Amino acid sequence: MTGATLQARPPAFLPNWPARLAWIALAIYTVYAASLLDVTWARFVLGLEQGARFISRMFPPDTAPDKLALLAKGLYETVEIAVIASILGILLSLPIGLLAARNLMPPWVTWPTRLFVVLCRSFHQVIIAILFVKAVGFGALAGILALTVASIGFVAKLFAEAIEEISMKQVEAIRATGAPFMNVITYGVMPQVLNRFVGFATYQFDSNLRNSTMVGIVGAGGIGGTMFAAFQKFDYDYLLTILLAIIALIMLSEVLQNWIKKIYR
Amino acid sequence: MSATAGIHREWRRYTPSQRLARFVLYFGLVFACVVSLRTVQIIPEFLYDAPEQMADLFKRMWPIDWAYYPKGVHEALIETLHIATLGTILAILMALPLGLLAANNITRNAALNYGAKFFLVSSRSVNSLVWALLFVAIFGPGALAGTMAIAFRSIGFVGKLFAEALEEARPGPVEALKAAGAPWTSIYLKGYWPQVEPAFWAIALFRWDISVRESAVLGLVGAGGIGMAIDSAMNLFQWERVALMLVAMLVVVIVAEVGVTWLRKKII
Repeated sequence: MTGATLQARPPAFLPNWPARLAWIALAIYTVYAASLLDVTWARFVLGLEQGARFISRMFPPDTAPDKLALLAKGLYETVEIAVIASILGILLSLPIGLLAARNLMPPWVTWPTRLFVVLCRSFHQVIIAILFVKAVGFGALAGILALTVASIGFVAKLFAEAIEEISMKQVEAIRATGAPFMNVITYGVMPQVLNRFVGFATYQFDSNLRNSTMVGIVGAGGIGGTMFAAFQKFDYDYLLTILLAIIALIMLSEVLQNWIKKIYR
Repeated sequence: MSATAGIHREWRRYTPSQRLARFVLYFGLVFACVVSLRTVQIIPEFLYDAPEQMADLFKRMWPIDWAYYPKGVHEALIETLHIATLGTILAILMALPLGLLAANNITRNAALNYGAKFFLVSSRSVNSLVWALLFVAIFGPGALAGTMAIAFRSIGFVGKLFAEALEEARPGPVEALKAAGAPWTSIYLKGYWPQVEPAFWAIALFRWDISVRESAVLGLVGAGGIGMAIDSAMNLFQWERVALMLVAMLVVVIVAEVGVTWLRKKII
């Protein structure tokens, strides 16, 4: 009797065959893809040797005064690009995010706006920078425009989502007083989303700062151009100086971000 | 005296230090903006003919060179996908032990926690293009450098989120397993893993989606994939081919996003 009930009881952890097959398929894919990449032991050892030489050539970091002046100029331009692109992008994101919010706008407004936002977001910043370098020439302006477009793609999307989550009661209350549209926005919508918007804006500034160190690789201004040139000239000790400076800049920006979040908490 | 002072007190929403902080912030913002706008080097001559240049760019792009796709784009596109996928898998393999070390409910040693977190932070604070530059210098140009760049950039992201998911795991099932005398493999596989599995798949899919976008540009510094094809087409001013590659990339990114959304619904 007890033996029969014990036999009838199903095991606690049933083997999940579809999941196991998926794991096996993933393992096979990994081996196949790795074989395409031509990863051999000899190449790995050679890579280690080259890596050691590469790192030994990086030390000590280059601190010649003219190089440092170039570094400071590049970093300054990087920060400029990030500041202007963030402010432009965030200011443009406000109306665009509002137009994309489905609870405030009719569908014939939201769909084209949302499509535009998706287009802004679907390309990497560096690709957008390439197109702007062609359009407005080398220099900081191309970087500013590229990062502005990228900022719109990100901030406008999140802002629209934040607006779609608000409570409509306050909006209706303001509307019931007969307030015009702009007052509905400033008194009914903005107070509900301002905190989150500040969060998006600071995050986007941080992200723009990181990316503005990169757009220079394709000629769009900032420290990236100097870095890529140092790399191509095998000037690895200067490369290390630049990398350390970039990492310090990003750490500083994270401190700033935490400070701003604390103010608006 | 003090009573009347209390009555005439002016009520304010923020303390003086809060107001000062806000003022400093606004002032800093305006100051940074004005200084940046005044000193940034913009060459006006370039700006005047920007619309013309833009029109020229699209005119050159227009008859998109569809015939080139099987010859020069398809292979590069597949390579990009391989770079993104393999890089993400490698990153997950390396991030799992780091995530276990960084989670303070699993590794009860503050020094190990901080050591692992330091690795995760440094992996995240270097951009994937910079990682690609470093790996091109080490392994030479090609897809291997791109894969390693994606992997090293992703470790920090995956490891941080995985450690956070582990820290949120409830101790109940784990204690039950321990009380039953389960070996440590069972504790991890049956105690922790079922709890973090949804988060794990969400992180992996999200990171793969980002990796697909990033791997498309790694080729600009020589790390393989479609970026290399774009770079060479641009250097030869073959804009109709660049347009083709951009469209191909757009399609891949959108398909990846739709696929990830579908898979996420299916798994989680």
